[in-house]
Amino acid sequence: MEPVTLTVNGATRRLFVPPQRTLLETVREDLGLTGTKHGCELGECGACTVLIDGVPILSCLTLTVNATDCEIVTIEGIGSMTEPHPLQRSFGEHGAAQCGYCTPAMILTAKALLDRDPNPSEETIAEAIAGNMCRCTGYLSILSAVAAVTEENQ
Amino acid sequence: MLRLPPLRYEAPSTLEEAVALLAEDGALLAAGGSDLVPNLKRRQYPTARTIVSLRRVADLVGIRVESDGTIRIAALTTLATVVEDSRLPKVLREAAGAVASPQIRNQGTVGGNLCVDTRCDWLNVPDTWRQAAEPCLKAGGEMCWVAPAKKDCWAVSSSDLAPVMVALGAEVQLIGPDGRRSIPIEQLYRNDGMAYLTKTTEEILTEVVIGPHAGLRATYRKLRRRGSIDFPILGVAAAVRLDDADICTEARIVLGAVASAPLRVPTSEEVLVGRTYNAETIAEAAEAARKLARPLNNTDLTSRYRTRMIPVFVRRALEELG
Repeated sequence: MEPVTLTVNGATRRLFVPPQRTLLETVREDLGLTGTKHGCELGECGACTVLIDGVPILSCLTLTVNATDCEIVTIEGIGSMTEPHPLQRSFGEHGAAQCGYCTPAMILTAKALLDRDPNPSEETIAEAIAGNMCRCTGYLSILSAVAAVTEENQ
Repeated sequence: MLRLPPLRYEAPSTLEEAVALLAEDGALLAAGGSDLVPNLKRRQYPTARTIVSLRRVADLVGIRVESDGTIRIAALTTLATVVEDSRLPKVLREAAGAVASPQIRNQGTVGGNLCVDTRCDWLNVPDTWRQAAEPCLKAGGEMCWVAPAKKDCWAVSSSDLAPVMVALGAEVQLIGPDGRRSIPIEQLYRNDGMAYLTKTTEEILTEVVIGPHAGLRATYRKLRRRGSIDFPILGVAAAVRLDDADICTEARIVLGAVASAPLRVPTSEEVLVGRTYNAETIAEAAEAARKLARPLNNTDLTSRYRTRMIPVFVRRALEELG
């Protein structure tokens, strides 16, 4: 077992994990944060995206030990039922969540983009979410939902 | 759920310690881990016992551009960093940007992409699928399912940066038990799907160096099913130098994902050098590339289609440089 210190959604978490534990397993199974979705497990679908030090990373490909001392943000960390993040509100308003499985990762990826570039073009948004598969194929609503939040910033 | 096998984890703080750890049985080198982790989950390395992570080693991240134009990229620099560095040639930024998806480029490294394991449809599947047939050579068996008559492994070189670095004449720095050495990157690769690198398992690639390249025009074209993520199933890196009269004085054409190593195409290069760079010579060079490469049916789409796309992609790449 390896000692690991993570900051998850602002709270410091000290854990002992087996070296082969992935961050996806730690977040979902050890910390109970099931908003992060477990999709292909092989780095192909993007559903397990979390922010590590503000950067979208696939938690299924990350060893928890390698994330020690990093700041992790999951979907639970950016908004709540009563106070949703503007992106969460916009996804609802635009019908940008169909089955919902890609949605947490999609919103986190979009948040990282907007934190870096508050006014991205539609092309930049599409490129930023290129690693997030939506198997309902609802991409146009997702693009509209993200674009609406950038316009609000203008 | 696909979980990793039990592993020991080492994150040494010096390269010398890392080299020593890599000498142990079952030690695997980890840079970003974006290729290693899925391969481990699919049980492609049954003897794996220890992960040797380079994340704590200092000075393995960063890009230096020297006054003469020499570019030095440390091995653990992420692909996203290369994409975003405006000092770098467009061909490098585009090739790094063509690797996998944005998230994987945030994690995957330059050294990792240059050393990425070769791939094959018979190997890169979960072990429950693989167990449906006798193991292939690369899985520890006696035969190749792609070319059963041969005793060679034909797994595909799947790096986007490798053909570009070969076209740019880059060198790589290695450190091992006998110290440091530097080799032209072309010599790093071997056309053997199993032993696809000439470096030993104890050696670590620390840096890639691209010498002064003023006046060299270079580009990279990639064929894959989905533009958003897939590995290459054909890559074409082309670099040419033209004089004032549009005579080609230097040409390097390198194909990715058609063999177990990046494949230089001297037959195409010879067509161009010494002649006027125009539609006619480009078409002739493109056609010459078709004859050398023989992709097999061991990655996405059919080998027939990939073979037919070789001259098309070479022509498009060369046209872009005119």
